[in-house]
Amino acid sequence: MEDIAILGVGMHPWGKWGRNFVEYGTVAARKALDDAQLEWSEIGFISGAITVRCGYPGYVAGSTMARALGFNGTQVASSYAACASGATALSVARGQILSGACDVALVVGADTTPDGFLAPNDGIRTDDTDWLRFHMVGATNPVYFGLHARRRMEMYGATQEDFALVKVKNSKHAVFNENARFNKEYALEDISASPVVSDPLRLLEICTTSDGGAAVVVSSLDYAKSLGVDNPVRISAIALNTPTYPDPLIDLPYLATDSSANTVPNEIGFKESIGEHVYEEAGIGPEDVDVAEVYDLASSMELDWYEQLGFCQLGEAESLLRDGSTSIGGRIPVNPSGGLGAFGEAVPAQAIAQVCELNWQLAQQAGKRQVKDARIGITANQGLFGHGSSVLLRR
Amino acid sequence: MTKDTKIEVPAVEGFFTIEEETHLIGGRFKKSGSYCFPKSLGGSDPDFPEDEIEEVLLSRVGKIWSYTNSAYPPPPPFIAAEPYVPIVIAAVELEEEKMVIIGQVVNGYSVEDLSVGMPVEVKVGTLYEDSEYRYLTWMWKPLFEEQKQDKN
Repeated sequence: MEDIAILGVGMHPWGKWGRNFVEYGTVAARKALDDAQLEWSEIGFISGAITVRCGYPGYVAGSTMARALGFNGTQVASSYAACASGATALSVARGQILSGACDVALVVGADTTPDGFLAPNDGIRTDDTDWLRFHMVGATNPVYFGLHARRRMEMYGATQEDFALVKVKNSKHAVFNENARFNKEYALEDISASPVVSDPLRLLEICTTSDGGAAVVVSSLDYAKSLGVDNPVRISAIALNTPTYPDPLIDLPYLATDSSANTVPNEIGFKESIGEHVYEEAGIGPEDVDVAEVYDLASSMELDWYEQLGFCQLGEAESLLRDGSTSIGGRIPVNPSGGLGAFGEAVPAQAIAQVCELNWQLAQQAGKRQVKDARIGITANQGLFGHGSSVLLRR
Repeated sequence: MTKDTKIEVPAVEGFFTIEEETHLIGGRFKKSGSYCFPKSLGGSDPDFPEDEIEEVLLSRVGKIWSYTNSAYPPPPPFIAAEPYVPIVIAAVELEEEKMVIIGQVVNGYSVEDLSVGMPVEVKVGTLYEDSEYRYLTWMWKPLFEEQKQDKN
């Protein structure tokens, strides 16, 4: 598939601002348009990532943002894929561009989140596993993170200190990110002093819920050239994977895994398949990647991604972390933005924010958190109910 | 004891039997032979289109695949006891069904009492109660009490 160009990116800083999500989306969109040196009236298609926590305007995020920017007849769509919504919205925009339906598109996601645990919307729904896992078990999102972290300790000898060191590393990166919610550099002692949320994971290792917004302006390579942009950061591949039956790993929001009683699980697991998809589509391998932004809902999950994206073999993630390979300055820096640990979840904006960060990295505009000579970057993200996503960027 | 005066009912019908030898109620796909839990909410094997699900009782005993807890009370629709006692949760692998099912661990156990591979059986336990009813859910109970002793 042909590449598309990134013409501009923008974010509204993450925080707990308590304002209308539309405001964050509009700020991010205007910054992305300014970065692209384009007017809103020049955008052929707006692709919104849906939030389910802000009422009807959230369900129709694309048109909500279009109205805030000023209805002008532009084509619109809105996408939902839980935490992967932003990648889905980007993929919809890419489809419009590569089919020739439009030359240039605006992708935007924003959220206003409640405090505390993310929880299902009100009501009684005994046929909804997301409702059932809370009601019948009390299985919050961190419970699933804790189950996998404990399993990682059992399988590979990971320690609580390894998980804490992920947070230490990412907090160092976040010091230089004005869009991150938390800019404080944490030491190991800070993390071990924070309370356990879901054993073995502590409060500082589990991402919080935040308000924020992110936007990207993308176009065909020809359109970019017509603007005089000859060497843009390009999107070379997007994955929007579902799992393959039977998936043997317990994952939210389910009460049980599939059964492998009569069918052998795929050799390549669900999360591994996400990276495989973009590597194949872009015609590269994990050894070619210079920088990654991965979905660290908990610090332990970042270690899983090192292996799932092929940066090291199973069981080697802790060494990769400890030898500094995944810090800025190392062989394959991961989460130079500070990751979700420094941002918190603003669900529909998160996958777009990952693309913003890699755009800055590949355009050599990342300031003090710049990964030297970064040319190829990968994002990884997962939304509940079977939404795996990844975006591969290069320059 | 108040325990005798309250009526025990499942918090949601159709997930487990209430008897001394409690079973989880699952589904078995007639053609593929694979299982699911809950019985009506399982994913399908794409190689067996239009497979039918029959209701089956799942194995009572399994081994802990992993475990954790929730130090803070989960939000609604969970109904947390007051004062809240941290719930412990285990993901348990059933050998015959080759699947992992999550559930709370019965009262009285903490994460320190558990280990990966520990055998457990399914029980019913109180999820919450009001003046008339005790609402039940399935819970995992470590099978060998001596293992708890060893850990102490």
